[in-house]
Amino acid sequence: MNSERIVGRSVPRKEGRDKVTGRSKYVDDMVLPNMLFGATVRSQIPRGRINKITFGPGIAWDEFVIVSAKDIPGKNCIALIGDDQPCLANEFVNHPEEPILLLAHPDRHLLPKAVEAVSIECEALPAIFNIEESECRSEVIWGENNIFKTYLIEKGDIDGVWSKADFIVEGEYTTGAQEQLYIENNGMIAAFDGAQGLTVWGSLQCPYYIHKALIGLCNLPAEKVRVVQMETGGAFGGKEEYPSMIAAHAALLAMKSGRPVKLIYDRMEDMAATTKRHPSRTRHRTAVTRDGKILGGEIESTIDGGAYLTLSPVVLSRGAIHAGGPYHWPNVRIRATAVATNAPPHGAFRGFGAPQSLFAMERHMDRIAEATGLSPIEIRRRNFLRTGDTTTTEQVVREPIDLGKLLDRGLEISDYHSKKKRFAIQNKGGDTRKGMGIATFLHGAGFTGSGERYLSSVVGVEGCADGSVRVLVSSTEFGQGTKTVLSQIAAEALGLPYDSVSMGQADTLEVPNSGPTVASRTVMVVGKLVQSAALGIKQTLISSGLLSEAYSADEFRAACRRYVSEHHQFRSWSRYEAPADIFWDDEKYRGEAYAAFAWAVYIAEVTVDLTTFSVSIDDFVALQEVGKVLHPLLATGQIIGGVAQAIGFCLYEKVVWQNGRMQNNQMTNYIMPTSSDLPAIRVFFEELGNVYGAYGAKGIGELPMDGPAPAIVNAVSDALGVHFDSVPLLPEDIMDKLDSARLAVAAEEADVGGGR
Amino acid sequence: MNDSGPGPAKVEISFAVNGETKTVRSYPMERLLDVLRRDLGLTGAKEGCGEGECGSCAVLMDGMLVNSCLVPVLQAEASSIVTIEGLSDGETLHILQQAFIDCGGAQCGICSPGMILAASHLLNQNADPTVEEIREGLAGNLCRCTGYSQIVEAVAEAARRRTSA
Ligand code: FES
Ligand code: FES
Repeated sequence: MNSERIVGRSVPRKEGRDKVTGRSKYVDDMVLPNMLFGATVRSQIPRGRINKITFGPGIAWDEFVIVSAKDIPGKNCIALIGDDQPCLANEFVNHPEEPILLLAHPDRHLLPKAVEAVSIECEALPAIFNIEESECRSEVIWGENNIFKTYLIEKGDIDGVWSKADFIVEGEYTTGAQEQLYIENNGMIAAFDGAQGLTVWGSLQCPYYIHKALIGLCNLPAEKVRVVQMETGGAFGGKEEYPSMIAAHAALLAMKSGRPVKLIYDRMEDMAATTKRHPSRTRHRTAVTRDGKILGGEIESTIDGGAYLTLSPVVLSRGAIHAGGPYHWPNVRIRATAVATNAPPHGAFRGFGAPQSLFAMERHMDRIAEATGLSPIEIRRRNFLRTGDTTTTEQVVREPIDLGKLLDRGLEISDYHSKKKRFAIQNKGGDTRKGMGIATFLHGAGFTGSGERYLSSVVGVEGCADGSVRVLVSSTEFGQGTKTVLSQIAAEALGLPYDSVSMGQADTLEVPNSGPTVASRTVMVVGKLVQSAALGIKQTLISSGLLSEAYSADEFRAACRRYVSEHHQFRSWSRYEAPADIFWDDEKYRGEAYAAFAWAVYIAEVTVDLTTFSVSIDDFVALQEVGKVLHPLLATGQIIGGVAQAIGFCLYEKVVWQNGRMQNNQMTNYIMPTSSDLPAIRVFFEELGNVYGAYGAKGIGELPMDGPAPAIVNAVSDALGVHFDSVPLLPEDIMDKLDSARLAVAAEEADVGGGR
Repeated sequence: MNDSGPGPAKVEISFAVNGETKTVRSYPMERLLDVLRRDLGLTGAKEGCGEGECGSCAVLMDGMLVNSCLVPVLQAEASSIVTIEGLSDGETLHILQQAFIDCGGAQCGICSPGMILAASHLLNQNADPTVEEIREGLAGNLCRCTGYSQIVEAVAEAARRRTSA
């Protein structure tokens, strides 16, 4: 057996060679004979009733394939949690990017003019565009009250704490929408024939979500729908749900025309129409003692879900469970609400609700520090969750986590204390101000609560005719390293070299449903299943007498070849079983919310320019405990990439809305960080391990999205001595706030001078 | 989708791509990116934005780095173009391609062709760039996955390997 361990080593990325040579095939690189190109005609107004559709002059309409809601063979909805979102609007539109008609033509150049020539006459209805308008219910646009979902988490007796408090600290915090901005736009190709059924190829995260949506929409049996993932150029949650819509559109055009149809969004359409991060508003009211102990608090968190339900309930749930941060709350009441507005539905984006509520929590901790006269470090230290404590959902922290120690290590690496001292002197003059900011936080890995139990994922490992091994999962690769890490796990379990393991393509015809590739669950949950399916292969070979307990890679290959030649197929399956000691109560929202948490301390050092009000990040330390790191290079890449995206969320990326429509839907006016904008992000790991994950791994992908925004805004607030409570925080926001702070001071001085 | 056709009639345009002379019949204002991808089957150059912002469509034209989504194919007449497919034969990798693999410079890979060509252009101008020069030099190429650090390391590593080779 191979004695050298494979997990923990930075082996070459499986598909790396194809990626650097340009050979990888993304969906737009694929061409099918006789293929048409598709385009989408959308609503122009946020809300209304469709009265009439006219096809304008100057277009050879008979050359076009035209699909409307009437052409849908099955149910007109994109099935997900609910079925409220139509595939094509029929009578009513509820947001300004709502698809109404589909066109296809062999010449893609002719499509934009044709889309423009369709005119849709609507009777406009009053629309609502933000959380406040939705809450006041002047218009009810969804259900009975504009509310998609609410959660209530209660622990202890919150009403009893206020009278015991030395301080009551309140704050309100908001975060904006954020575009995922994967560099590859969304796209799909669909082909249909009566015998084989429907096949779609595309850029996507969750093959089986699309599979499910297409079955009902196209009224086809499951075995007549096939979904194949092409190489996917970034996703970040942005290819979790909307690909079902695009696949549905391509499928309808292909079914009507009898020809393959390629439907690729350009950047403007992708940014405007597909999902973005939920805008949020979180209010805190916290009872604190004189010595900085949190007695309890009320947290009220609201997210804007857009026009349809989509994934908002799940995003909301994660946001609610993370709202208390890594702190011990003896008493707490968390109310979380997702509301409807007439904007395109907001959806999954790395972090999934947690970046919003943790931004609020970590800004609020600095507020509490100020109110109690303690430092941001001390206030956190006095309230950290410790092993044996319970979280807001009364989950017992079983891991031997020591956040105080983690914080100490972060402070040392970032040279926090001496920098604070230095900045206190430097900040007395000059035209820049420097500050330090901390965020301490956690991120639950895997689906929330009973999610994994419902998913009941299945993984396969196959012994092949040439003696190699193939991993069969619907878990997708979109840059995070799924293929590499799952191969490592299988190789490790079998004691084989990394090269003898390959990955099947995520194709619903070939692979079982290992669940969606979301929620930082792939390495921890799916990886564990790969490990046990691989062990099944080994067990079978041993018990059939083809292999002895100790074997070389050559012996394994020979045994595997023999087995396949005798039995034709050699597959081992493994299905998720919830650990017996994990309990979750969906009704009361109480119990073991996650099988494991990752923990982190992020520290930002910033300079604010008092002339331009621009913020530069001089140093960024990202220190985290993520269980066993299976691939250090990939893990580091995930953290740096996540931090970079979160820096964008915090300082650069602002979605400008007008009547529910994104106005700056171009890379020229929606600004993400470039290589020259970002600092060298310093990444450190602590490795405690995790009994529930493959070889001790926990989830890693989303964690780095949570901490940077509060750490940076805390640093900016520290530098300027003024509290900032919203992201994105652009130079003009800083200028405005400083101006009003100055005016307030001036007014106070005038007051003092004039009277008392 | 970019509406660059039909317009004026198609013309014949010749240029060298990865060392081979090619002649295409194309609308003069057709984007070089589309001609490369569709007519020549060179799909390594990608469309990220179609407006010159992201650099994922970057190719080398007479040694200069250009965003092929902004170049009308007429402008390519008689030029010499290198795409990612021409940087190496795919078996022995270019020093930058190897460094990108070793340092984690490619995650989802969609920016990698343009990024690697931009890096090769940078190293041709400056064989031993500082980290700041690399960060500046690649600022026209967006990457949403990596946060750039491992790309910057890959380029620095390639420069080191080249000088020590
Ligand atoms: S596609 Fe050419 S620069 Fe973005
Ligand atoms: S690796 Fe995905 S955009 Fe750069």
